[in-house]
Amino acid sequence: MKSRLPYLLPLGLFLVLALYFAVGLTKDPKIIPSALIDKPAPEFTLPPVAGGKTPGFATADLKKGQVSIVNVFASWCVPCRAEHPEINKLAKMGIVPVYGLNYKDTPQAARAWLNQLGDNYTATGADESGRVGIDWGVYGVPETFIVDGTGRIRFKHVGPIVGDKLEKEILPLIRQIQGTGK
Amino acid sequence: MIRAMVFVALLLAVLPLSPARAVNPDEMLTDPALEHRARVISKDLRCLVCQNQSIDDSDAGLAKDLRVLVRERLKAGDSNEQVIDYVVARYGDFVLLKPPVKASTLVLWAGPAVVALFGILALILFYRRRRTASPVAAQPLSAEERARLNKLLEGDAP
Repeated sequence: MKSRLPYLLPLGLFLVLALYFAVGLTKDPKIIPSALIDKPAPEFTLPPVAGGKTPGFATADLKKGQVSIVNVFASWCVPCRAEHPEINKLAKMGIVPVYGLNYKDTPQAARAWLNQLGDNYTATGADESGRVGIDWGVYGVPETFIVDGTGRIRFKHVGPIVGDKLEKEILPLIRQIQGTGK
Repeated sequence: MIRAMVFVALLLAVLPLSPARAVNPDEMLTDPALEHRARVISKDLRCLVCQNQSIDDSDAGLAKDLRVLVRERLKAGDSNEQVIDYVVARYGDFVLLKPPVKASTLVLWAGPAVVALFGILALILFYRRRRTASPVAAQPLSAEERARLNKLLEGDAP
């Protein structure tokens, strides 16, 4: 009797491919890994939202030795609205400074949005042209970055931080990055 | 009713003549050579919002910003490669519609060729074996088989 191997080969190949595609299908194609992970945050200086409560911020603010959060938001972005209470919650905890990057917005709309939903950002920079956003590799708001004390981007969350994401994902990561020092 | 139908028919007749052009006239560079290079580059860059369109085809805001950025870099004297590297540094290889050949993408590039090779190999083996296989019919029946066959045929007769 001849070996059965040649006949089992297509089945084996099929199973390998099926597994490969099955894993692929469970991944969200909208989430693109950031090219900036473990790289220094881009150089930038952002003016404040005109007439806003907080100042603007720049790269130097992210290098003060403590872990910080950069939250990209816009008043025209619906998921940002859903996310904002969680961002407020995080900012009120006081464990990290939370910077707002107001992406391609008008000062009036951003001001109204912050006044209505609460403004707990440490500082909010207005990126009206979206150029700083491009430097950060932003492709969809909201996006949230965790930056370590040396100004290095350590993590990027694409999409709104809602549900238990703050507790289950963001806070443990902040603690972990704080723990590893710098 | 008829008027509406005529209107729709006219609309359908005219639509194919005006393909959706994402590139606005006000974005275009006055230098035709530079503008041409900008178009070539932006056809290779993926719109990250809509993902399967190039920024040249896409009407998304980010695509427009990137088109303007590409033109600015070109005007500043960047080569095509420098412009592409600039965008890749920010958005990663995913922004390229044609992935680069490197260790992590080897399976992607070599995969189809390897599978095709396996197929060809299987075909060759299959036909070879069929040609060299000894014809079964040429072997005469043994006495025992003949007796069994006869018995079966007899039993089958009416």
